[in-house]
Amino acid sequence: MRIAVFVTCWGDALFPATGRAVVRLLEHLGHEVVFEPAQTCCGHMHWTAGYHPEAIALARRLTEVFAGHDVIVTPSASCAATVRTAYPRMDPALAGLPVYELSELLVDVLGVTDVGARYPHRVTYQPTCHSLRALGLGDRPLRLLRAVRDLELADLPEAGECCGFGGAFAVKNADTSVAMVADKIARIHETGADVVCATDDSCLTHLGGALSRLRSGVRAVHLAEILASGLGAAGPAPVPGGVARRADAP
Amino acid sequence: MRFSDAARPELGDPAARRGRRRAAAEARGRRADAVGGFPGWEALREAGAAIRERTLRELGTHLETLEAAVEEEGGHVHWARDAAEARRIIDSLLPDDVPAALVRSDVTDEIGLDGAEPGPHSKAAVVGAGFLVAETGTLVVAERGDGLSFPGTLVAVAGIEDVVPGWTDLEVLLQLVSRAGAGVPMRPAISTRTGDFALVLLDNGRTTVLADPDGRAALRCVHCSACSDVCPVFQRTGPRPYGPGRAGPIGAVLTPQVRGVEAPLGASLPFASTLCGACADVCPVKIDIPAMLVHLRGRVVDARRGRPVPPPEMLLMRGLAWSMGDERRYEHTLVRRARWARLLARDGRIRRLPGLFGKWTDARDLPAPPRQSFRAWWRRRR
Amino acid sequence: MTAREEILGRVRGAFPGGDGGGVTVPRGYRRRAPVPRGDVIALFGERLADRRAAVRHVALDELAVAMAAMLWAREAKRVAVPADLPRAWLPGLDGVRPLTDDPPLDPAALAEADGVVTGCALAIAETGTVVLDGGRAQGRRELTLVPRHHLCVVHADQIVHTVPEAVGRLDPYLPLSWISGPSAGRTLEILVVEDW
Ligand code: SF4
Repeated sequence: MRIAVFVTCWGDALFPATGRAVVRLLEHLGHEVVFEPAQTCCGHMHWTAGYHPEAIALARRLTEVFAGHDVIVTPSASCAATVRTAYPRMDPALAGLPVYELSELLVDVLGVTDVGARYPHRVTYQPTCHSLRALGLGDRPLRLLRAVRDLELADLPEAGECCGFGGAFAVKNADTSVAMVADKIARIHETGADVVCATDDSCLTHLGGALSRLRSGVRAVHLAEILASGLGAAGPAPVPGGVARRADAP
Repeated sequence: MRFSDAARPELGDPAARRGRRRAAAEARGRRADAVGGFPGWEALREAGAAIRERTLRELGTHLETLEAAVEEEGGHVHWARDAAEARRIIDSLLPDDVPAALVRSDVTDEIGLDGAEPGPHSKAAVVGAGFLVAETGTLVVAERGDGLSFPGTLVAVAGIEDVVPGWTDLEVLLQLVSRAGAGVPMRPAISTRTGDFALVLLDNGRTTVLADPDGRAALRCVHCSACSDVCPVFQRTGPRPYGPGRAGPIGAVLTPQVRGVEAPLGASLPFASTLCGACADVCPVKIDIPAMLVHLRGRVVDARRGRPVPPPEMLLMRGLAWSMGDERRYEHTLVRRARWARLLARDGRIRRLPGLFGKWTDARDLPAPPRQSFRAWWRRRR
Repeated sequence: MTAREEILGRVRGAFPGGDGGGVTVPRGYRRRAPVPRGDVIALFGERLADRRAAVRHVALDELAVAMAAMLWAREAKRVAVPADLPRAWLPGLDGVRPLTDDPPLDPAALAEADGVVTGCALAIAETGTVVLDGGRAQGRRELTLVPRHHLCVVHADQIVHTVPEAVGRLDPYLPLSWISGPSAGRTLEILVVEDW
């Protein structure tokens, strides 16, 4: 299948390893991955911050850039949710862009749960708010994680509660945001996991940033990277570093 | 005061925070039991949302029906534009010589009434209404009947949106309020009275809310408090930072609509949420609070657009939007900002950012942007 | 302009095209369910137990004895009763004195009562609710508000299954009290009479 990847602006700049993992994973599964170089931002940040005309312009732009693609994948639940739920509110003409979050693409469209990955870590999964509520991903990410070899999955208590990121919220209400992430990290530590996994680099920036500040041994890792680990086909498995999210090799 | 400033002292009280968390967790557990195994809960929510929506769209008609029904049964209806007018009317209705008892509700709090609980010796009482049934003129309170049954003066106070069209609608709304809010199949006590009471109908900003097609659904609220019980922000801050109006997620959408989005409280409340969506998930009348918050954020920003000197955030957001409008501008910005950010980094992490983002690095690191963006990697790979 | 005209004007002004209308209420929720009577009655007992209300099921000829036992256990010595409470319900036993609400007990006399015995208008199984409407064997609302203990007699055939069934049967013009379990420091006990 020919699959267009939308890496998101955040991922492009700060977490290119996530996008690379998506490419490696899908190519390993035998699909053709294309990258539209004109892609920038879906408008999520402007929309939720109240800059609506700006957001709508970005949404129109993204819709044009991906016109003609039947299957678009993004490793961000919040960007997928923006396209699916906010675009039709911005303009009914923007409804219907076929963007899938990675676990949706794998489980629903490609019909795979065992991608062949190997990841020897104790992992706990944080269902981000957009993946849980806006997209209704349900247990898709968990099914994918359960199929990973050598991965020990630990249940996260109070998993459904928000980590406190919320985009502008993390800065405008920094104290409340930090109080929330402190509680989330306490729950993560209770699991004894050495990796916390999610489907969104934005929430992972927040979790990883707080874990890094606390010098916690727990690392925040995107689902895509775990699923692309140990595939063997395209080079060595990525080794997540201990820094903030990870030190990305140049 | 801004929400974030008002929240700071509340966050600094860890014992209170733990208490609120525990209470909220218990409330969530009760609620999950009360709706989890109940057949047709979603259908009941659909009906409740439609009943409330219909009420709002036909509010003028239902209010007039209510007025006629109350007066037909020997009662009297008074209209109050604001809290002060409501207090004046209530004062004029109560006898001078005996103290009036009070059955509190969100509306009686809103207009600032206080008084003792009613007892067998009460001669006059003011009760905050739960619902008013237009068709029959019936007053419904989700409390014991103490305030409703004595041979004295009874004054009921209600927001204009507390009307429900028909008696049958109660079969939906009473179940929704009880299960979603208190987490029980039915509230411990519900009392009704038809006829022989004075009713004060309060506007106090509600018609302003009603006039905003993207905001009016907030008036569907049936005051169950489920949204506060599940709100991660409310659990940390408690009710106080939400100001003098209602607290929790519904307060964050109502107060800015009623008081405007210019003053610090009204301008900050729409941002007092991570948009996590937990409130919309539980709201028994399906108010899409996160969508409404986003709408109000737009109003806050629009109100600032005309300023002669744009605030720094606006410059940043407009600049970003301009950059992202074109892939060359975007990549140029990306490369430049990443280089700048790497200068601030040590050991791959940024521990202090200047300006707007300083709030981020007060408690969280940021990873240094890698030298190679995804698109640079993709180009090199081909 | 009066406040009434102004408010109604603003309400109507919010919908420039006239009353919004156009919303139909989907009544697809459960209004009744085909459940055997026995199960409905059992469900009522379970829900009451969930709400910490004591419940006993008795045959009619056991009612007086059961009632006496329950009042004794509560040490209820003076018990307010509505004027039309069936005499056969009252235990003719030493130590329990009925205070008949005829002429109406004044607040002071009511405050002295340790308990109150009433019937009800109907009961709702799936919520564990008894509803009083001031009708037969129920008296005025104040009777049940003051005493700290309420013993309510429910006939099995007064128990409906769902809330919609109850709302359909109740008269909106009567003063209704829906009581679901104890509240505000008051205890509630229910006697279900199975063969009326
Ligand atoms: S807005 Fe909140 S309080 Fe109002 S009905 Fe919905 S959940 Fe209940």
